[in-house]
Amino acid sequence: MLRALELRKDFGGLTVLHPTSVEFRLGEVHALMGENGAGKSTLMKVLAGLYRPDGGHVEWRGVQADFASPHDALVAGIAMIHQELMPIPDLTVAENITLGAEPCGRFWQINRPAQRQRALELLKELEANIEPDRLMRTLTVAQTQVVEIAKALGRRADVILMDEPTAALSEQEVAALFRSIARLKARGVTIVYTTHKMDEVFKLADRISVLRDGRLVGTSPASELNPAKLIQLMVGRELADIFPVRLPPTDEVLLEVSNLTREPAYRDISFRLHRGEVVALAGLMGAGRTEVVSAIYGLQPATSGEIRFKGRPLSLRDPQDALAAGIGMVTEDRKGLGLIPALGLGQNVTLTALREFCRGQMIDHKAEAVAIRSRVAEFTIKATSPSQPIAQLSGGNQQKALLARCLLGDPDLIILDEPTRGIDIGAKAEIYSAIQGLARSGKAVLLVSSELPEALSLAHRIVVLRRGSVAATLDAATADQETVLRHAMPL
Amino acid sequence: MPALDRHLLHRFGLLLVILAVGLGLSFVTDTFLSVANLTNVARQVSINGILAVGVTFVLLTAGVDLSLGSVVALSGVACATFAHPGDHTVFIPIAVGLLTGAACGLVNGVLVTRGGVAPFIVTLGMMTIARGLALIFSGGRPVANMSSELTSLAGDFLGVPIPVLCFASVATGAWFFLRNFRLGRHIYAVGGNENAARAAGVPVERVKLFAYGLCGLLTGLAGVVLAARITTGQPNAGQAYELDAIAAVVIGGTSLAGGVGTITGTLLGVLLIGEINNGLDLQGVSSYYQAVIKGVIIVGAVWLDRRQARS
Repeated sequence: MLRALELRKDFGGLTVLHPTSVEFRLGEVHALMGENGAGKSTLMKVLAGLYRPDGGHVEWRGVQADFASPHDALVAGIAMIHQELMPIPDLTVAENITLGAEPCGRFWQINRPAQRQRALELLKELEANIEPDRLMRTLTVAQTQVVEIAKALGRRADVILMDEPTAALSEQEVAALFRSIARLKARGVTIVYTTHKMDEVFKLADRISVLRDGRLVGTSPASELNPAKLIQLMVGRELADIFPVRLPPTDEVLLEVSNLTREPAYRDISFRLHRGEVVALAGLMGAGRTEVVSAIYGLQPATSGEIRFKGRPLSLRDPQDALAAGIGMVTEDRKGLGLIPALGLGQNVTLTALREFCRGQMIDHKAEAVAIRSRVAEFTIKATSPSQPIAQLSGGNQQKALLARCLLGDPDLIILDEPTRGIDIGAKAEIYSAIQGLARSGKAVLLVSSELPEALSLAHRIVVLRRGSVAATLDAATADQETVLRHAMPL
Repeated sequence: MPALDRHLLHRFGLLLVILAVGLGLSFVTDTFLSVANLTNVARQVSINGILAVGVTFVLLTAGVDLSLGSVVALSGVACATFAHPGDHTVFIPIAVGLLTGAACGLVNGVLVTRGGVAPFIVTLGMMTIARGLALIFSGGRPVANMSSELTSLAGDFLGVPIPVLCFASVATGAWFFLRNFRLGRHIYAVGGNENAARAAGVPVERVKLFAYGLCGLLTGLAGVVLAARITTGQPNAGQAYELDAIAAVVIGGTSLAGGVGTITGTLLGVLLIGEINNGLDLQGVSSYYQAVIKGVIIVGAVWLDRRQARS
């Protein structure tokens, strides 16, 4: 069995994991729960040899085993599926899955048919229908996630650490993953699992360990807990309804989109957004939601159709045009289109609205520091200092920082693409109340969310996309999840 | 560890190395620690220093400029052509040299941003194009007969060599700019994550164009200073200057992947390379061996640095 003994990890003087001891038994599914920044990913990464502990050690099969690298851990039988996906985009699916363990012939040449076969078997295990010869870069986020899981399965590991494996997956893919986890468990494989989705934990886990602020709150059998109890352990307080109350929107049209088209992603998209209103774009993965909102932000302009904003037609070539008009966006792809990893938290926050802290072309460092301090406090972003590189923050804190960046320029329309993906309940609640606050102050929010309860509770109206077209526009007060799904499913 | 601490440690470590090498040299030679020699070192590093500051901007945007040496030669030839005694006031040849460099840099920048060609390829092309143009304009011969006003640029002002003053003001200006200007912050953002910078509303194309243009302008300045020093426009001057400049920047802690680096680091890198060159000269090491030793030191310094950064 795998044991963490008094493991401790520091980053730049901040202890992110206080001495923690947990035991992972053979053949159990062990869920690590906690808010973002609670230390779950850190604990996993120490177990997987990615981080060296600053105190304590890892015990594996009864002997002390402090892995010097992920490779050492892999050889010992411990594999990890990372929350941040790490594919090699220009290799094929099969090459990615067998990476580092390629089936080889007599002259060390790669045995291509065997490689392909191996990939097919592993993908079949996950009930995924992905062609092994496709290039990784042509895959959707969900497919990439499935490939990463297949890769870890292929290592024949005795322990698989899964950090948020379902964050990007659709319902069917999640179900397939769960069946696969059940088979692994039957073979005696230990699964360590983190997620922010409550229903998953109670479906899967045998035992649950809760972390809070880098400390272990406790470990108990899943049967002794329920969602309310678990949330209470995670946040240290009881959360009342986390969705704030909606106020009715105004009649003033802020955004009017007509016949927006960019084949093959989407066509003839038309909808309106009023001041004070939150509209959610719902739909399945690949329905064109991200593409539509990217067009309204100028990231990938539409080929035809019209966008009217504040009553005037808007021509968008790039995000600068959108920002100048008063449209801001927090993108779905935090790592690729959001963070500047080497810059500090503060400089990331002020990047878009830097002009406001400038005299002429020069930065007024004092004004900038004041703005950063107030935003960090307002959004309760946890960091050692505003100059800490943003790459070192937890996912939830990064997301809050990006929201702060977007709002600092005071846009009238805020586009949020999956703003709560992979972040904890506490951070979610803060983002929800920020969204309602924006609507109340006469702004408008265009929300893309794959979590239907979230979309239904936050938005006034739901625009359902199906294969790139508007399938329905629903009143969120009367719609339910089934209705939305019925419109979203391909006929 | 926060980036700030790491940079301080890095600079501190590099400073220690520079002092240690200096201390060693002052023991094994009588001449190293003399005002005359140190002035000489400062004079010798100025051209590489000006180039290194320029190319720091390009490297920060995750680009590269391999055309520095050739553009130095072309700017020098262009400057010398307009610098014959009695032809023009001294400002004309200076301006011609600077603008020649800036034009080459802007062409690089346009091809990188609008053309979407990799910086390595664009500037590799410019490296041979500028060299060829220098040879064409000069007919393959050094352009001599320069006015004394221009060659006096290699002299002293209040006891300090003018090239050193040029380097010092360029470095100070660049340091101030990167710290305090919006465009300076944008350069770090573009190098750190170009797509995210674009999504955040940073005018990525303009930022890159500026970096290449400024690098070209400073390369032009280096060309003018060199022409003044050797009193001719040499079409074959500046061979492999880009390598010393890029080496100094990288030793100074700037990442070739972009987004990380400082002018202070570049300054220290330039000083270390200059000190080593001078030490090897004083010791009478043959230039063949000098090349080998310098290469080993450059790779060694960066290797040590990266090892330290990983731990």
